[in-house]
Amino acid sequence: MSENREALIPHIGVITDVRIDTPDIKTFRVVTPDGKKAFDHRPGQCAMLSIPGVGEAMFSITSSPTNTEFMEFSIKKCGCVTEWLHQAEAGQQITIRGPYGNPFPVDDVFAGKNLLFVAGGVGLAPLRSVINYCRHYRDRYGKIDIVYGSRSKDDLLDYKEIIEEWTRDENVNVYLTIDREQEGWDGHVGFVPNYVKELNFDTDKVAVLCGPPIMIKFTLEGLKSLGFDKTQVYTTLELRMKCGVGKCGRCNVGAKYVCKDGPVFRCDELDELPSEY
Amino acid sequence: MRKCTAANLDKLFAAIAENAALYLPVDDEKGTAQYKKWAEGTVMSNALNTAKSPKDFFFPQSEDLMKFKTQGKTIELTDIRDEKEDFVVFGVRACDVRSFDILDRVFLVDPRDSYYASRREKGVIVSLACSKPTETCFCSAFGIDATNPAGDVTAWKTEEGFFFKANTEKGEKLMASLEGLTEECTEEAVEAQKAKTAAILEKLPLADLDTDKFGGGKTAELFNDPAWAELSRSCLGCGTCTFVCPTCQCYDIKDFNTGREVIRYRCWDSCMYSEFTRMAHGNNRNSQLERFRQRFMHKLVYYPENNEGIFGCVGCGRCLAKCPISMNIVKVMKTVGGKKDE
Repeated sequence: MSENREALIPHIGVITDVRIDTPDIKTFRVVTPDGKKAFDHRPGQCAMLSIPGVGEAMFSITSSPTNTEFMEFSIKKCGCVTEWLHQAEAGQQITIRGPYGNPFPVDDVFAGKNLLFVAGGVGLAPLRSVINYCRHYRDRYGKIDIVYGSRSKDDLLDYKEIIEEWTRDENVNVYLTIDREQEGWDGHVGFVPNYVKELNFDTDKVAVLCGPPIMIKFTLEGLKSLGFDKTQVYTTLELRMKCGVGKCGRCNVGAKYVCKDGPVFRCDELDELPSEY
Repeated sequence: MRKCTAANLDKLFAAIAENAALYLPVDDEKGTAQYKKWAEGTVMSNALNTAKSPKDFFFPQSEDLMKFKTQGKTIELTDIRDEKEDFVVFGVRACDVRSFDILDRVFLVDPRDSYYASRREKGVIVSLACSKPTETCFCSAFGIDATNPAGDVTAWKTEEGFFFKANTEKGEKLMASLEGLTEECTEEAVEAQKAKTAAILEKLPLADLDTDKFGGGKTAELFNDPAWAELSRSCLGCGTCTFVCPTCQCYDIKDFNTGREVIRYRCWDSCMYSEFTRMAHGNNRNSQLERFRQRFMHKLVYYPENNEGIFGCVGCGRCLAKCPISMNIVKVMKTVGGKKDE
């Protein structure tokens, strides 16, 4: 944790590259002004980005910790800060502080296990960090299955990386789906939770979910019908945050603070929280 | 124990103020007690407590954190914290002294909030025992002894003058600097006052307020209690309770553009406000019922769960006095979780 550094005082960051992923999602590459990574992180952790005068908001770090050169953030345009970021060009400075929250247990619980990743829409952003971490340390994990769905083929995030890298990996299966039929798409059509059930996964694995709340809810039900226990399923939450260090009170749910006790939770842990997330 | 006669009190205040900024409760023109900086001629209030809590000394209602200057695509950041001078807060009641402990458990745990921490280091608390607790007081429900408050120095005020006992190193240092104005004395007068006040405390209407229903691990039992609906129905969501509360510590971080630079400041916020949890994809506490419940569940269940059973309320009674619709934590405690047997 930040011992010598002030928790609320950010680093200056520079956007060095802006990639257009979908009509409303861009991926921003960020380094410090001297070209380094602002700080190290673990898969699933988040960072506070801000534009002075516009606001500060929490985003999951989508790049893997194994990337030693820069951090990436896949950001959907949906509010003040994100609208502003979507206008930004390479060379723009922003502020960045973190890392915040608990990571996915990649080095203990996940070690040696088969892994199933299920993402919907921009929900792939936090999972990409874990997926690429596990791909980097491939021999530490078993089989990897990835189910990813979006509204349309144009809304699939990281499409190039998925096709050119993930699908070519040995022992990695990628299952893409879109909500409705679309010209030029010959892949699967249908909602993510149904696809997960159709794929009839074995329960010999740990599942990691991220997506809209409704997708998480029905995917969890689907997994349960396949015989998964909630203790095998992890997800990551998103609530309004200001401080990132469990003090401002905003992301408090029950006795937990999503910014420091989460954002990663095992699904049985969520059952102990009041339903306010 | 040291004693300062009433005749010497002004000299004592002057001596404290020589080395540090001295704040004490003073009546304003309307007769409301508020902490004010001491100056020659300042008269200490006789009021039971100040209208606003002393949490401002460590967690100000608004404070500047940093500023940014932007030029083209570049940003320059400067830490602009207000370096507080040494200060003494005189006359803090037992309830409010406990509130500092409650705030410490938020701001001083890793990662430590250095803005708060530096004020805590520079501040010396001289508490003042209560002799006339009133009907809105219920500190004893939370194990607070109004006759013997904590703090760096504990003070008792009797007809003979002020009695002092140092409790910490900081407190001993302060008392050492006042040796010429105080004299060693017996504890007789203080013990007599303690006994007299204890007898009043026992008979207060809220003396037997029950806290057993609350505490860590009670979420499942209390969260869905139907009583929340009725209790929260008339809540205006004005946030007055959170602003006068000595333990409410939720805050916002905001940017103010002066035209030439951007000041990033922190200010008090309230979980009673609809904006508090609103984000781009929705609001996880949409109704006033949910927001109202959050405030009380936090003080009575969530906070103790994370802090060895210590409640996030000190029984100061400010919310009882100030709520425009006369709703308060006492009504909540008497109602929620209490209908199981009916």
